Amino acid sequence: MGINYDKSGRVIFTKQMKKTYKLLIPNMLPIHFELIKNILQQRGYDCDLLKSNNTNIVKMGLQNIHNDTCYPCLLVVGQFIDALKSGKYDPNKTALFITQTGGGCRASNYIHLLRKALKKAGYPHVPVVSVNLAGLEKNPGFKMSLSLIKQLVSALIYGDMLMLLENQTKPYEVIKGTTEQTTKHWVEKLACQYKSSNEFGKKVMTQNFNNIVSDYANIQINKTPKVKVGIVGEIYVKYSPLANNNLSDFLHNENVEVVIPGIMDFIIFKVDNRIVDIDIYGGSKLKRLICYKFKKYLEGIQNIFIDSIKKSNKFSPPSSFETIKKNVKSYIGYGAKMGEGWLLTAEMIELIKDGAENIVCAQPFGCLPNHIVGKGMVRQITNKNPMANIVCVDYDPGATKVNQENRIKLMLATAKERFNNKNNTI
Amino acid sequence: MLRDTNFKIGLDVGSTTIKCVVFKEQNIVFKSYERHKAMIKEKAIELLSYINKNILKNAPAYISVTGSSGLGLSQDANIKFVQEVYATKIAARKHYPEIDVIIELGGEDAKILFLSGAPEVRMNGSCAGGTGAFIDQMAVLLGIDLKEFDELSLNYNKLYTIASRCGVFAKSDIQPLINQGAQKNDLTASIFQAVVNQSIGGLAQGREIKGKVMFLGGPLTFFSGLRERFIDSLNLSKDNAIFPENSQYFVALGAAEYATEATTPIGLSSIINSLKKEKNSNNKATLPPLFDNEDEYEEFLSRQNKIAINFKDISQYTGNAYLGIDAGSTTIKIVLISENNEILYSKYLSNGGEVLGIVIESLKEIYDKILSCNGKVKIAGSAVTGYGESLIKTAFSLDHGIVETIAHFTSARHFLPNVDFIIDIGGQDIKCFKLKMGAIDSIMLNEACSSGCGSFLETFATALGYTAPEFAKKGLFAKSPVDLGSRCTVFMNSSVKQAQKEGATIEDISAGLSISIVKNAIYKVIRAQSPNDLGTNIVVQGGTFLNDAVLRAFEKEIGINVIRTPISGLMGAYGCALYAKNNVSQTSSIITPEDLKKFSHSVTSTTCKNCPNNCRLTINKFGNKNIFISGNKCNKYNNIAESVKYNVVEYTYNKLIDLPNHKGKRGKIGIPMVLNMFENLPFWVAFFESLDFEVIISPRSSRELYVSGQHTIPSDTVCYPAKLVHGHINSLINENVDFIFYPCMTYNFDEHSGDNNYNCPVVAYYPEIIKSNIIFKNNQKFIMDYVGIDKPKYFEKFAFKIFSKYFSVEKKEIKSATYKAYVAYKNYKQDLKNYASEAIDYANQNNKKIIVLACRPYHIDPEINHGIDRLLSSYETVVLTSDAIAYQSDYRVKTNVLNQWTYHARLYTAAKEVTKHENMNLIQLVSFGCGVDAITTDEIRDILESNNKLYTQIKIDEINNLGATKIRIRSLLAAIEERNNHYK
Repeated sequence: MGINYDKSGRVIFTKQMKKTYKLLIPNMLPIHFELIKNILQQRGYDCDLLKSNNTNIVKMGLQNIHNDTCYPCLLVVGQFIDALKSGKYDPNKTALFITQTGGGCRASNYIHLLRKALKKAGYPHVPVVSVNLAGLEKNPGFKMSLSLIKQLVSALIYGDMLMLLENQTKPYEVIKGTTEQTTKHWVEKLACQYKSSNEFGKKVMTQNFNNIVSDYANIQINKTPKVKVGIVGEIYVKYSPLANNNLSDFLHNENVEVVIPGIMDFIIFKVDNRIVDIDIYGGSKLKRLICYKFKKYLEGIQNIFIDSIKKSNKFSPPSSFETIKKNVKSYIGYGAKMGEGWLLTAEMIELIKDGAENIVCAQPFGCLPNHIVGKGMVRQITNKNPMANIVCVDYDPGATKVNQENRIKLMLATAKERFNNKNNTI
Repeated sequence: MLRDTNFKIGLDVGSTTIKCVVFKEQNIVFKSYERHKAMIKEKAIELLSYINKNILKNAPAYISVTGSSGLGLSQDANIKFVQEVYATKIAARKHYPEIDVIIELGGEDAKILFLSGAPEVRMNGSCAGGTGAFIDQMAVLLGIDLKEFDELSLNYNKLYTIASRCGVFAKSDIQPLINQGAQKNDLTASIFQAVVNQSIGGLAQGREIKGKVMFLGGPLTFFSGLRERFIDSLNLSKDNAIFPENSQYFVALGAAEYATEATTPIGLSSIINSLKKEKNSNNKATLPPLFDNEDEYEEFLSRQNKIAINFKDISQYTGNAYLGIDAGSTTIKIVLISENNEILYSKYLSNGGEVLGIVIESLKEIYDKILSCNGKVKIAGSAVTGYGESLIKTAFSLDHGIVETIAHFTSARHFLPNVDFIIDIGGQDIKCFKLKMGAIDSIMLNEACSSGCGSFLETFATALGYTAPEFAKKGLFAKSPVDLGSRCTVFMNSSVKQAQKEGATIEDISAGLSISIVKNAIYKVIRAQSPNDLGTNIVVQGGTFLNDAVLRAFEKEIGINVIRTPISGLMGAYGCALYAKNNVSQTSSIITPEDLKKFSHSVTSTTCKNCPNNCRLTINKFGNKNIFISGNKCNKYNNIAESVKYNVVEYTYNKLIDLPNHKGKRGKIGIPMVLNMFENLPFWVAFFESLDFEVIISPRSSRELYVSGQHTIPSDTVCYPAKLVHGHINSLINENVDFIFYPCMTYNFDEHSGDNNYNCPVVAYYPEIIKSNIIFKNNQKFIMDYVGIDKPKYFEKFAFKIFSKYFSVEKKEIKSATYKAYVAYKNYKQDLKNYASEAIDYANQNNKKIIVLACRPYHIDPEINHGIDRLLSSYETVVLTSDAIAYQSDYRVKTNVLNQWTYHARLYTAAKEVTKHENMNLIQLVSFGCGVDAITTDEIRDILESNNKLYTQIKIDEINNLGATKIRIRSLLAAIEERNNHYK
C-alpha cells in the first residue's frame, strides 16, 4: 500500500485513500459538525465524528504535545491519538480531518503540532487533511470545490439556526425532550436532503429556514421569564462540550436560558479581517474585491436566516454581522484580528444589548488573544454597561470542574438576584 | 412539609474546614468550627446528628449549605446550596448594612465584595494562591507554627519583595532569602505583605478600596500581623477597619439567612438519612492501584533493599574523613565518609529556616566524636552543594562548593557506574539529567510553575493531620487512586477538593498525589514519551523517593524498574563527600574545632549602588572574618574574575535608551520601553525627531514601576513583559508629555525568514488593553492606531492619515520622516551586527565560550531577564542575543511548525547558527505564560540536539531570584567543560 509524500515530506491524502480510508473529524460543535459529517458521507467519504470523552484523551494530549500548548490543541490531538490507539480504527486505514486557519494566534499551528505528535506517537503515516479556505496544503483525495464550500456554509448556517432555536425553546418546553427531538429530526432530514439533492441555493434554504422555525414554534412551551446567560470565548472552548465540561448543559440545569452566538459571524469575521487588513496596512485591490464579494455572499445567507426568525415573531433573532461590528467600534479596533479578535468583544456587547448581560467568557488557560479581547475588555464593558455581569473562566487539563462551576455559580447568584429585583419592581 | 420553626442552620464547607451556626430566633445557640480532614460526609453526619439531638431536639429547621466544597454535600443530601460569596453578601446586608467593602481570605480562595456604589464581587482566578493555604505552606517552610509566625511578623525591620501571585512563585522568592540568612520576623511580615498586595492588586484590579472595610475569613481572624499589613496598606482608620465577631462563621451566617429566604423547614433526620444512604458517586476518574497485594509489595521491597551501603562507627575508624553537605531548599543533609566510602556520620534534617545553626550543631557533634576517639580521624576534605552552598562554604571555610548536578552525578555513578539517567525529587526541586558517555548530556529542572514536589506532599499531609511518610504510606494499597492531573500545586489543591467532593478516601487521595507528583516530573519536567526516552539504568533519589508510594508510582508510570539507593535522601551530600575525597588539596581549610566554638555571625542588609540593578544585599559577617554577601545579581562580591567585555544584551539596552537626543519644538511624545517598542525604538525616534518632536522614553523597568501599574492589569496570567507595560504607561502619564505613542501592530518587519511576519497576539494588541484599562489625563492623547511598518510605501501613506488626526503635519514632512526612520532602523541593526561580529572574533581569539540568549528583543530589559546576562559574563562568557545572531544570517531554517512570527523566526535562525560554531551554546529565555514559546522550545531543542548541542531553557517571571538560574548555568558550563574534555 503506497503512501505518497509531497516535497515537504507531508503525507498526502490520495484519491485511492478516499475510497478505502476512514476519516475522523473532531466534534467542535455537536449540531454543525453532525451536518458536515453528513455532507462528507454523501460525497463518498467514510467518516466518523469523534464523540469520545475519557481521561485518556487528556493523557494522550499531555504526552504528545508541549504541556503549555493551548487546551483545545491538546484535546484535539489527544482525541485523535486516543482514537487511533483505541482499536476501533485501523491506523493504516485512517485519516484525520482538521480545520486550519491562518493568523498570528498560535492556533494556526495546530495542524503542525498534530503531525509532530503523530510522529511521536508512532503514527507518522496517518494522513492529516487540512480543511481551509486559503488553499493551503492540497490533497488529491480532498478538494475544496465551490459546491463543497457552499454546502459547508449551508451546514454552518443550519447549525446556527438549530442551535439558536433549541436554546430559545428548550428551557421553556412543557414536555421534556421535545426540543432535542426536533433538532434531531432536522439534522436527519437535512442529511436526507444532502443525499437526494445538490441544490443549495437560497431558495431551498429559505424554505428550510421557514420550516425549521415553524417546527420549533409549534413546540409547546410555558414562557415564564428566565435569566439569560451568554457564552462567548475561544472558539473551541466556547462550543465543545469536551473542552468546557458540558457548560451549556450545566447552565441549562441551573434553570437559565443559554445564549450561544453562532459560528457564522466567526466565518464572516475571518473574511472581513482580510478586507480590514488591506484597509489599514495596504494591499491588493483585487484581493479586497474578492473577499468583499465572498463576505457579501455569506452575509446574504445570514440575512435570510435572520429574516426567517424575525418573521416568526416567536423567537429573538440575532443581529447581523454588520450591526455587531458597528456596535463594538468604540471598544476595540477592527485590526485586532488574531484568534476571535474583536468579534469576541462584540459578542459580549451584543449579548448585553440582547438582555443576556450575564456572560461566561470561556478560554483556554493562558490564551493569548483572550488576554486582550476577553479579559482585557471586561472593565471597559462594565464601565459602559453597569448591568454587565461577566465571569471569565479558564479551561485546561488541571483546572477542575468544581472550581469552574463555583465561579459560574457566583455569577449566576448575582444574575438571579438582579433578575428578581427587576421583576419585583415591575 | 411546612411546619413552623424558630431554627435556622447555616453550614459552610470549605476546602479544609466545616463551619456551622444554628440560630434560634435571632440568637446563635450553637456554632462549631472544625477541620474535616477530607471526610466531609462523615463530619457532616456527626455534626447534624449532634445538632438534631441536642439543639433542635428533632424540631425542623431552615437549612442551607455553602462553601467551596459544599456543592457535593448539597447534592447528596438534597439541601439547598448557596454560592459562598453570595452568602457573605447576604450576611453583610443583614448584620452590617453600613459596610462598603468586604475582603475575605479563605483556605484557598480570596474574594472582594464591593457593596456600595456599583455592587461587584470578585474571586481569585484559578492561578492565584496567596491565601490561607499559602500562609500554611510558608509556615512549614520556615519551620514555625502559625502562632509564632504571626507574633514574629509584628516586629519587623524591613519588608522584602515577594512574588504575590501564587504560592509556588512566592516560595522561590523566600527560599533563597532563608538560605541567605534573612530574619524570620522580616520574612513573615513580607509574606503577609505579599498576600495584601495580591488582594489589592490582583483582586480589586484598580477599583479603590475605601470607606468601611470588613475583613473576613480564617487567616484574617487568626493573624493580627496580616490585619496590620492590610490596615497599613489601605490607610484605614480604626473606625473603618471592621473585624466582626464570629468572623469565621460569617459565611455560615449568610447561609442561615439564605435558608429562611429560599427554603422550607425540614427535619434533620431525613437529611442525615439521605447522607447515610447516598453512596459515593462513582464518576470520578481513578487509576489502577499501586500494589495489588502484599506480596507484590514484599517483592518490591526486597528488590529495592538489595543495594547496600556500609556504615561504620566513627570510633572504629582511623584515617582521613571527608565531609559533604547538601543544603537543599527545605532540608539539609550532612555526610562524613571514610577512605573506603563508608558512612561514618549522617544527618537529614529539615532546615527550618536555620541553615547555619544546624551545620554548627552537626559539626560540633562530629568534632566531639573525633575528639572522644583521640583524634584518630581527621577531616581531610569538605564540599558543599545546594541553595546554601556559598553561605555555608564561607561560614565554615569549606574546601569546595560544587553545583548540585555534579554532586548527584558523582554519587549516582558510585552506585551504578553505567547510570544513564538520574532523577532527583527534593523538597522543592526536580532535577533530572541524562548522561551520555560519562558526561552530563542534558539537564532538566522544574520551572517555577511546576514546582511543588516533595514539600507539596508534606504540606498536604500536614493539612490533613498526618506526617508526610504516614500520609504517603496510606496510598500503598489504595484500591482506586484518584486521577489528579499533572499541573502545579494550586491546581492540585483544587483537584483534591474535587476528589473530596466526589467522596474519595484518604488512601485514594494519597496514592493519587504520589502518582501526580510522578506524572508532573515525567510529563512536565522531563517531557518523556516512553521509558526509552529516559534511559535503561535509572537512579532515583531525593527525599521524596523515600516514600515507597512515590517510587512505585514512578516505576509503574515509566514501566521499568529503577534503582533507589538506601541513602536516597543523602545522595547530594554523599556526592559532595566523594568529590571532596577525589579533590584533596594539602590541608583542608575547614573551620577548626576551636574556631567553631567561637563561631559568631551577624546579618545586616543594604542596597547596592554599584549598578542600576540596585540589588538588595544581605550581608553575613562571620567570626572567621569571612563575609558573605548575597542578593546581588552579578558576581561582584563572589571573588570571581573580571567580567568579560562583550555583552550584547547590555550593549543593546544602553544603545536604545541613549537614542532620543532632540529637543523638538512640536511637543513631547512619550514612548513606553516595552515589548515591540524596544526594537522599533530607533525607527520611531528617528521618525518623530524628524517631525521635530522631543521623544521621552519611559524609565528603566523596576519592581516599583511594575507595582505602580499592577492594579490596572486585567489578566493575571499574561506574561511579565506585558504586565510591565502598565507601569511604563503610568510613568509617561506623570511625565506630562503631550502624546503617548504606543501603536497596535499585527505585523512586524518582514525579514523573510519565516512564512509570515506576525507579532504575537499580546505584543500586537496590548495597546488595546492600555486603552481599556488606564485613564489618561485630559490634555494627553494616547496614539494607539494600527500601524504597519513592513511595507514602507504603504507606511508613508497611512502614517499621514493617522498622524494628521493628532497634529497638523504636511505630507512631505511625513515622507522625509519615513525615510529617516527606515534608515535609522537599518543602521541600528547594522551596528548590532558589527558589534556581534566583534564579540565573536574576540571569543575566538581569546578562547572564550559564547552563550547566545535566545529571547525576544524586550528580554534585554534587566527587570525582565533579572540580570542573567551579567551573571553569564561574570562566568567569563561572551553574551550574544538571538537577534544579533539572526541579523548576521539571511537564510531560512526549515521547521516542523509554522514559522510565522518575526521575533520567533530569529530563534530558529540563531539555534541553527549556534550548531555551526564549536564555542557557541544557547540558552533560551522563556517568559512564564508565553504561549508561543510552547511551540518554539521543542523546535529549538530539536535543532540543537540533532546537532549534538545542549539545550537549556530558563523560565523567567516576576520572581527575582537567580538561585535556580545559577544552578542551570553552572551545570551547563560544567557539562560543556566535561564534554570538551571528553572529546579532547
